[in-house]
Amino acid sequence: MNKPIAAVYAGLSQDVPVLSVRGLSVAYDGRETVHDVSFDIGRGEVVALVGESGSGKSTTAQAIIGLLPENGRLTAGRIVLNGEDISVWKGRRLDTIRGTVVSLVPQDPGSSLNPLRTIGSQLTEIWRLHGHRDTAAIRQEAVELLGHVGLSHPELRFGQYPHELSGGMKQRVLIAIALALKPALIIADEPTSALDVTVQKRILDLIDKLRVENGTSVLLVTHDLAVAGDRADRIVVLKGGAIQEADVSSRVLGYPASAYTRQLLADIPSRTHFAPRPAIPRAAAPIIEVRNLVQDFDAAGGPFRAVDDVSFSVLEGTTHALVGESGSGKTTTARAVAGLSKPTRGQVFVNGRDITALRGEPLRQFRREVQLVYQNPFASLDPRQTVGEIIAEPLRNFGRPDRAERHARVLAALEQVQLAPELAERRPAALSGGQRQRVAIARALILSPRLLVLDEAVSALDVTVQAQILRLLDGLQRDLKLTYLFVSHDLSVVRGIADTVTVMQSGKAVETGEVQDVFEHGRAEYTRALIRSIPGGRYLER
Amino acid sequence: MSSFSEPVIAPRIGTGRGLRRLLHPVTPGLWLSVAILIVVILWAVAPGLWTGYNPVEGQSGNQLQSPSAAHWLGTDELGRDQLARLIHGARYSLSGALTAVGVGLLVGTLIGLVAGATGGRTDTVIMRLVDVLLAIPSLLLALSFIIILGFGHIQAAIAVGITSIAAFARLARSEVVSVRRREYVEAAFGSGGTFLGVVWRHVLPNSLNSVLAYAAVQFGWAILQISTLGFLGYGAPPPTPEWGLMIAEGRNYMTTSWWLTIFPGLFVIVVVLAANRVGRALRRN
Repeated sequence: MNKPIAAVYAGLSQDVPVLSVRGLSVAYDGRETVHDVSFDIGRGEVVALVGESGSGKSTTAQAIIGLLPENGRLTAGRIVLNGEDISVWKGRRLDTIRGTVVSLVPQDPGSSLNPLRTIGSQLTEIWRLHGHRDTAAIRQEAVELLGHVGLSHPELRFGQYPHELSGGMKQRVLIAIALALKPALIIADEPTSALDVTVQKRILDLIDKLRVENGTSVLLVTHDLAVAGDRADRIVVLKGGAIQEADVSSRVLGYPASAYTRQLLADIPSRTHFAPRPAIPRAAAPIIEVRNLVQDFDAAGGPFRAVDDVSFSVLEGTTHALVGESGSGKTTTARAVAGLSKPTRGQVFVNGRDITALRGEPLRQFRREVQLVYQNPFASLDPRQTVGEIIAEPLRNFGRPDRAERHARVLAALEQVQLAPELAERRPAALSGGQRQRVAIARALILSPRLLVLDEAVSALDVTVQAQILRLLDGLQRDLKLTYLFVSHDLSVVRGIADTVTVMQSGKAVETGEVQDVFEHGRAEYTRALIRSIPGGRYLER
Repeated sequence: MSSFSEPVIAPRIGTGRGLRRLLHPVTPGLWLSVAILIVVILWAVAPGLWTGYNPVEGQSGNQLQSPSAAHWLGTDELGRDQLARLIHGARYSLSGALTAVGVGLLVGTLIGLVAGATGGRTDTVIMRLVDVLLAIPSLLLALSFIIILGFGHIQAAIAVGITSIAAFARLARSEVVSVRRREYVEAAFGSGGTFLGVVWRHVLPNSLNSVLAYAAVQFGWAILQISTLGFLGYGAPPPTPEWGLMIAEGRNYMTTSWWLTIFPGLFVIVVVLAANRVGRALRRN
């Protein structure tokens, strides 16, 4: 399966490792999902566990800290932490090392803090749980720690509730909780996958800095090989619960030994190779023209301007990307183009017609021309319908072709998105994320629209699936002469698939131009910050 | 996020396993409750199979017998077998409860659907009216409707159903409002769906789960309400063997013939508890 362990670790420091996992196997309800996994983490070292969802990387991490779900069990192997085999420890005994020797930075900062308690009380709890009683001293140390993890006004944050903080700030609080008792090992389970790219970079920088200062070891669990390459000393690549490859980062990225690693490398967004995009047809007419778009929302503290005077136009048959972080107004803009929201001011011309004035039946007819694909294929498909019904629904809304014709067109649509015809009978719950997104694309295409609005349509997917969907979209565009409005927070994805791009920040368009131009000579400081945040700079060329 | 780790294959479930899944986990108490309900349903469907005595006409010289081998639960003041009357009475309790829950479910869901799906001023007006309905004690409300509808078994059931409309409407509305905001509903509008089409195809089916579960819990409550109305004399007229009415009639002989009130009372309690237990299990899943 892989090189003998001894060979893998030859040439590394001979210190006793902080963590040594040997022959670890984990089973859920008797079905083994992690097979014979072994690796070491030395003092102050960062090791990355990399793999797609279902590869067993999170299960491995949970097993190490003794937090497997109820139905999960260690079936074989040893977990030696600081020289002690903790794989046989149970409940209360594990509590004594959690937080003090090993701690966890969870994946989703949004749901990992108790909304009813202040940041301060949740942070100081870790000292109290481990027997510290000096309230004043704990408070002082907690406030210092909040400042140390890069939160502004730590005194103020101490008394605030989680909803008053942004996602990045919450993740900093969780890192502070993990660091509070200066553990020897931090397990970071996808610590940044729920965050914007620039925030992701800052959080990873923070973990790096704290590691250097405290000599803490880090086990970084991630699906992103580029992130792993930038941050880890060594990388362990997992697939289907087994190690495919384990080596120092430069070698895994530079000379991958397994086919799977090469696949993962090829699927990193910034490296996904598409056929070169055809030259932008200068004579083409603009299919979208957004003029001085303004969108206000009512908020607690008065109206909130989500989109502020944005203008751009998109030529027929090209892909225009809207890039920005959450709250930049990119999704709001895209929804206005799709006719799903009414702008406060400004005009949106699609095929030469101002659609902001459309209402009622004309608006319904307009749906034939523009379709939207959502970010989350788990939320955008009705769980009670079959795939066939989902794809056929737009047909039933327009013209009601008979059953036989509907069925034929559903099968054709499934083929178009490269799904097996049997899937028409299934329900969304029986499909993987990538398959569901293909169903959503099939539903969007069945009315033969000329314009597709893709709202973060690949962001919820694993890199490999993401690359597949991007290739599918690229192929469909060439075959069907589609125009895409592609909304993304990820510049690296945009580079391969888009012709032109508008970079948005806080509701304003800070830069618009051809993709290559913006990447190479981006003028706005914010654009350059976004480009710098693309992971993969250390061992990969961007 | 939990939905992201769903199993890739959803097994098709047959009816038998489906029922078991609906009631999971099946504890001994739940088994007993299911068994009691099945027996009572069989009583209602085919009372003749369970007893040979006539529930309406008594045997002279047989009045007010205490429980014995011939009359397990004794006889009443007209010499009628009490067990036979209880078995035949199951039909009135169950059909009444079904009618009541049906009225509440249909009308309440419709009101909740209209309020939740249209929103705005319509929603406000409808829900304030529902609040008014909720503010009136349900028994008082049921009695008022019986005065309007007239006395009788079915009228009592409908009146009980009307008092539960408000609760159904509130629940249905809250479900509809949450489903209405789902992405797949917006996607359905985005693919050219008309308002009624989307409400019918997506909003209603996805809102129904918890409303149906609530209906299951309401079932026991409806039996109790109908018996209460029977006891007060607003339900089926004598000599109908309705359980609530039987308790009321037995009251006159409470000091001499305890079985005339105790057994119908026990039957109501046991059936309502069983229906509640099963209803709660259904609601949980």
